Amino acid sequence: MTVQEGGVQEGRAGAEIGSPRKRSEDARLIAGRTQWTDNMTPQGTLHVAFLRSPHAHARIVRVDASQAMGRPGVVAAFSGADFADEQGSLPCAWPVTDDMKHPDHPPMAVSEVRFVGEPVACVVARDKSAAFDALDEIDIDYEPLPAVLNMDAALAEGSDLVHDDLGTNKSYTWVFENGDLDAALRDAPVVIEREYVQQRLIPTAMEPRSVLCVPDGDDFTLYSATQIPHILRLMLATVTEIPEHRIRVVAPDVGGGFGSKLQVCGEEVLALLLARRLGRPVKWTESRSEGNMTVHHGRDQIQRLTLAAERDGRIRGFKADILADMGAYLMLVTPGIPILGAFMYNGIYKMDAYSFTCTGVFTTKTPTDAYRGAGRPEATYAIERMMDELAAELGVDPIEIRRRNWIAHEEFPYETIAGLTYDSGNYEAATDKALELFEYDKLRAEQADRRDRRDPVQLGIGVSTFTEMCGIAPSRVLGSLSYGAGGWEHASVRILASGKVEVVTGSSPHGQGHETAWAQIAADRLGVPFEDVRVLHGDTAISPKGMDTYGSRSLAIGGVALFSACDKVVEKARRVAAHLLEAAEQDLEFTAGRFSVRGVQEEGKTLQEVALATFAAHDLPDGVEPSLDSDATFDPENFSFPHGTHLCAAEVDTETGMVHLRKYVAVDDVGKVINPLIVEGQVHGGLAQGIAQALYEEAVYDADGNLTTTTMADYLIPSAADLPTFTTDRTETPATSNPMGVKGVGEAGTIASTPAVVNAIVDALRPYGVNDVPMPCTPERVWRALRSETKPDTAEPGAGGGLGSASASGSDSDSAGGAQ
Amino acid sequence: MPRIRVEVDGATYEDDVEPRLLLVHYLRERLGKVGTPVGCDTSNCGACTVLMDGMSVKSCSVLAVQADGSDVTTVEGLGIDGTTHPMQRAFHEEHALQCGYCTPGMIMASLDLLRENADPSETEVREGLEGNLCRCTGYQNIVKAVRRAAKEMREPAGQEVTP
Repeated sequence: MTVQEGGVQEGRAGAEIGSPRKRSEDARLIAGRTQWTDNMTPQGTLHVAFLRSPHAHARIVRVDASQAMGRPGVVAAFSGADFADEQGSLPCAWPVTDDMKHPDHPPMAVSEVRFVGEPVACVVARDKSAAFDALDEIDIDYEPLPAVLNMDAALAEGSDLVHDDLGTNKSYTWVFENGDLDAALRDAPVVIEREYVQQRLIPTAMEPRSVLCVPDGDDFTLYSATQIPHILRLMLATVTEIPEHRIRVVAPDVGGGFGSKLQVCGEEVLALLLARRLGRPVKWTESRSEGNMTVHHGRDQIQRLTLAAERDGRIRGFKADILADMGAYLMLVTPGIPILGAFMYNGIYKMDAYSFTCTGVFTTKTPTDAYRGAGRPEATYAIERMMDELAAELGVDPIEIRRRNWIAHEEFPYETIAGLTYDSGNYEAATDKALELFEYDKLRAEQADRRDRRDPVQLGIGVSTFTEMCGIAPSRVLGSLSYGAGGWEHASVRILASGKVEVVTGSSPHGQGHETAWAQIAADRLGVPFEDVRVLHGDTAISPKGMDTYGSRSLAIGGVALFSACDKVVEKARRVAAHLLEAAEQDLEFTAGRFSVRGVQEEGKTLQEVALATFAAHDLPDGVEPSLDSDATFDPENFSFPHGTHLCAAEVDTETGMVHLRKYVAVDDVGKVINPLIVEGQVHGGLAQGIAQALYEEAVYDADGNLTTTTMADYLIPSAADLPTFTTDRTETPATSNPMGVKGVGEAGTIASTPAVVNAIVDALRPYGVNDVPMPCTPERVWRALRSETKPDTAEPGAGGGLGSASASGSDSDSAGGAQ
Repeated sequence: MPRIRVEVDGATYEDDVEPRLLLVHYLRERLGKVGTPVGCDTSNCGACTVLMDGMSVKSCSVLAVQADGSDVTTVEGLGIDGTTHPMQRAFHEEHALQCGYCTPGMIMASLDLLRENADPSETEVREGLEGNLCRCTGYQNIVKAVRRAAKEMREPAGQEVTP
């Protein structure tokens, strides 16, 4: 703290918010002094290994784990039947319709397995290798049942069933309609229909899942690599009927999540039950191959889209018919993920009519659930690809077609056709800035030149002008969508006797940098030095109240809760300060951490002085309790709507199909920014994941329902050599729905970038009659699209990725990319 | 069980190990050096990269017995005595980490990269780190950090550098 002569603090109000402060969390991370869950092994810890189904679908006839028990070091071996009475059913918190089919989901399969990798039995042993070795001794007889892999076939009459007792593979159909779509389709002179496939993705956080449960009498502490310690605690209590107050969940250092750790995993439930049964700490850490099969997957939708427009390019209506692969079971928010997209297919555009129908389909594959963006990337891809198709159809520049349709900055707040109110935005400003940074006209000129020269390497320019709804979410909206909880967030601020500050947040970071950004907010609001603030999180015993981290909600909800809690501290301190200064409260001003009497700057008390006086409590005003500590729970009135314009230049080698990203410009508007360094990092990482969907990644199943991309050699998350250098910039249109003017940023890059890249590839190939390349746009698929006599169809989701993986069914679906 | 003698981060260890024991498991489970994490089981991700006799190895692809007689440096062995290594500092300064799980491996691989090429171009850094995967950063700031560290290691602070 800088203290001037006379004890007056140097003005520092506003110094932290907006400053690119280097992160506090780095110190331990760069030194290897980390607390990943797998790093913790209390004395006496037993290690668990799971035996998993090798079948996509089979009846379990017999499990004999007795031989495993004789192996050295083995303490116990169990089948699902051994836990049938206590393991309950894994929760789904989002019954999207009243008649949604919701099958039981035992953490360890008892009578039937429905995807490869489903846990069937486990061994608990002194060390990990002993547990793993003993899996070989478990004898299981299966009676194979038919795999169900294709969504259209799964919905057909007489299809084999994933869940026999449900009588159907359809989980639900969810519909939203607004405006007269039939009229739009009937009357509009331009109607474009397309089918896109959002291939199945594997979130692939770098830290594999890990859980350690330590029993202490009737109490349990469960450490887990989770995004959601608070939700997990409640759900564990619900599933196991162990009372909530007997369970403490700790999310220590968590190595990325991207939605994959927004889950209540069977292994977490079983770790708790095993610790209870055995009375010893129990730990399980997955291998990557195990994780690829069993951590929930993302995306996997077939989108059938219709866009109706006037000849001048104005959109009349948009229709989205979606099939969404649930996989074998409904996990925490599985059915709701595609529904989060329902409000985004209209993008940033005005239109008269909109219809969205989504059918959730069971297949014998790994369940799907949240993956960075969760429903909005799919929607944004659809509308942004369709805008380019419309531009091509009409021969209008893709930027111009968007200008003719987007909501103008003076039209905010704007109620969209999907029923949301976009509070603010300035699409013109973001687009103008992006065009300038991109040197759009220059690249278009180069494109024209390459076309004229019939250069084998063609240049394409992809546009994506996106918005998204994040900051999940207003509780009343979640209620109207039948979600099982609210969307608020909690923060508390503790002022210690020495004037140091502890911030407790219900947001649970796993790489985002909350410890830094939250300290910046508190430092500014309280006028204390950044170094005097410590941020506590991720432990239900320390931070008992929270809704955790996902949906780009931390800052827009948790940060605002902190902002309010700080203001409450100041109001409490004001009463004490007024008393100490013998002044009226209304005559005090609070600047840079100090109360002073208006007009008499010399007379003042710092927050630290007030804190000490409050701690001593010798001389407090009547009726004032001796504490400045304050809580706030913020429930937003609206989502936050970050937006931006992303432009991608791709060089496509028409002879090899190779795509090289030449330039990528992202101008994002995430409102007011707390830490621009962190924001830029979030954008970079988001771009990498969105580009990866466009170019590299796909979870591939063979014809028998085996996942063939179980390793990082088969499931291609990009390396440094696979990605371009990004040009990022920002415009700043404050959100009006919260007092800080902030919006979410975590998912924006992922949502925006996938269509920008594919639009660029298709733009390069349009002169060759290509109007689509199915994702991921591997060289083979680009090459096939170029050589296709007919219009490229789309691929099956989750099959035939062309990634070089052995893929038995790949031959069928690869023809989708072109002629075989 | 074979007996090995290994120097790790400045301390000497002698242990009987199973022949199949991987170096990374020896480090984590026998020595408690959990600063080196495991990110995959097919030697693709590079999170477990350490230096063995000065050269980077993915410690999941080395058997503990192969490390017998070697000098191993993990991320915990950098910046001993309260200092930080220029590479660690550069990762912090350039915001080259988010969740930090890949960071130990990234830092160790980058050190080996600079051993071979003290002044790598952006492309050379990207290609040189191809064996280390990061899911958070999009790599841009990692590339910047490695080049920043390279500069600092070529021109140590406080040392006069002639133009």
